[in-house]
Amino acid sequence: MRERPVRVVIAKPGLDGHDRGAKVIARALRDAGMEVIYTGLRQTPEQIVSAALQEDADVIGLSILSGAHLHVCTRLMELLRAEGLHDVLVLVGGIIPDQDVPRLQAIGVRGIYLPGTPMQAIVDGIRRDVRRHAPLDA
Amino acid sequence: MTPADTPATAPAAYTPEDTVRLDYTRDVADPGQFPYTRGIHASGYRGKLWTMRQFAGFGSAADTNRRYRDLLAAGGTGLSVAFDLPTLMGRDPDHPLSLGEVGKCGVSVVTLADMEALFDGIDLGAITTSMTINSPASILFAMYLVVAERQGVPWSQLSGTIQNDILKEFIAQKEYIYPPRPSMRLVVDVFRFCAAHVPRWNTISISGYHIREAGATAAQELAFTLRDGIEYVQWGVDAGLDVDTFAPRLSFFFNAHNDFFEEIAKYRAARRLWARVMRDRFGARSEKSWQLRFHTQTAGVTLTAQQPYNNVVRTTLQALAGVLGGTNSLHTNSLDEALALPTTEAATLALRTQQVIAHESGVADVVDPLGGSYYVEALTTRIEAEALAYMERIDRMGGMVAAIEQGYPQREIAESAYRDQQAVESGRRTVVGVNAHVAAQETPLPLLYIDDEVGAQQLARVAEIKAARDAARVTTALHGLQEAARGDGPLMEPILEAVRAHATVGEMCDALREVWGEYTERTEF
Repeated sequence: MRERPVRVVIAKPGLDGHDRGAKVIARALRDAGMEVIYTGLRQTPEQIVSAALQEDADVIGLSILSGAHLHVCTRLMELLRAEGLHDVLVLVGGIIPDQDVPRLQAIGVRGIYLPGTPMQAIVDGIRRDVRRHAPLDA
Repeated sequence: MTPADTPATAPAAYTPEDTVRLDYTRDVADPGQFPYTRGIHASGYRGKLWTMRQFAGFGSAADTNRRYRDLLAAGGTGLSVAFDLPTLMGRDPDHPLSLGEVGKCGVSVVTLADMEALFDGIDLGAITTSMTINSPASILFAMYLVVAERQGVPWSQLSGTIQNDILKEFIAQKEYIYPPRPSMRLVVDVFRFCAAHVPRWNTISISGYHIREAGATAAQELAFTLRDGIEYVQWGVDAGLDVDTFAPRLSFFFNAHNDFFEEIAKYRAARRLWARVMRDRFGARSEKSWQLRFHTQTAGVTLTAQQPYNNVVRTTLQALAGVLGGTNSLHTNSLDEALALPTTEAATLALRTQQVIAHESGVADVVDPLGGSYYVEALTTRIEAEALAYMERIDRMGGMVAAIEQGYPQREIAESAYRDQQAVESGRRTVVGVNAHVAAQETPLPLLYIDDEVGAQQLARVAEIKAARDAARVTTALHGLQEAARGDGPLMEPILEAVRAHATVGEMCDALREVWGEYTERTEF
């Protein structure tokens, strides 16, 4: 039996409206055969986790350019644990200072993608790290 | 268009054949002559150099005030305020969505006291100030006016710009609060107020910059920006304003991207198009209404996190395009801005880049030095035609507000952004240091790191102000603002009263949210 495609929630937390990156990556993941749900702008961590639950997401991809990544990710990871969503792969793309990278990794963010990352690297990273489902055929 | 898109069929060289349909007097004209293709001033930069205006803001008002004093001491000739996201979105620091955002991307301004601290020791009568603020533009502008009043500077002497361009927020940057129609009412009310009370103020900066950053091509940037301009003028006229009373204070803001000659052609086409629109479509009689004045910023989106010193070279070329295109003011990005807000050293180098172009390169000595180039004239005509086709399509949709409601410009831009990313991935477009000439090891840059203290400080400061102010006056002022919003009369006057009462930005925006509601866009990608 064929596995269902990987399901990804792409979210823009915080107040920032610069959604070019979120939209481009959402399309790239869809073109790579994944099912993508884009939450739209200004989502609280609560809303993002609720979308992930509702959509039975394998992956949450956050796009954050504003500097709010530590606050947002800390809250999001707490909520995911509280909901028992331990196996959801959490990725962050955006402007993340070097010194914050280990802090994000320590709270369980598994992929951190900085400006200039090829879309293919993110696709490959998801296929490698998503745990609940076998990698899809390309 | 990016260099990758240059069709193989494009000529390797341009000849008189390519400009044969161009009539010099009708289509190009000497600098200072309609349709101003070559510039709005006969003497170009000999009369006055462009304003070197570096956008800056971070942390608290006191932090940013120090940066402004540095920039002015370094020879900057204008200020440009970057507000933080809570301010831009009309949220106070204690709102849940402000979590981690206070003072991060710009300066936090919550009440009149912050605006006073921001300009402490800076004579508002002696400088020009640009404020990048849109949904709450009227509120921050009112704060600036009250600070001027307290400094003893008459409003008639104030000079500067508020961005106040809500349409490009719906199209590209997405910092909207209210639905498009009440938002437009706020904008037009500023046109009215300034025509009567602040005559030297630029009431809007109609911006292609963010449209381009979101992924638009040069032609889309030009088309959507000028069509936004048409929309504002139409709404002003429909509100009963005489076009020549407010059109001279409209200003524009364009991106300076990588494709050097295409950018120069874009600025030239913008002036020609706007002059004809204002004279022929709106029947404006004042030359000032026909003349498109614009600010330029180099393209943030072209900055790379990899080999960041390469960004100095990119920015220099982009700034040169802006100057050769006749920009009236210029911001040059700093080399570290793909990674963080700029350090003082990086911001100073960005300003020096402009000063070298202005004082050492000689390019400012002659007006429109590329005028008459077969290539540049042909490119100007081509980009003008592409933009006109878009503008006509939007006319047929019923105007820009209607087009936005249908998601049209948003979709066009997302499409271009995706195509561009694919061009980079496939290597059709070369980005030095990213997909070509990659360094084995990157040298880390010293970066500005904004800590979280500002958020806590601002919370305490706002609490203090709230405790000290006359609460009854605040309540009355906010009710007055809501009454005005329900009707169709002036808005600036009740906003000024709320500002004087020390109402917060969030309180004023919430008062309007209750009346007008909030906009949510259809999410698609």
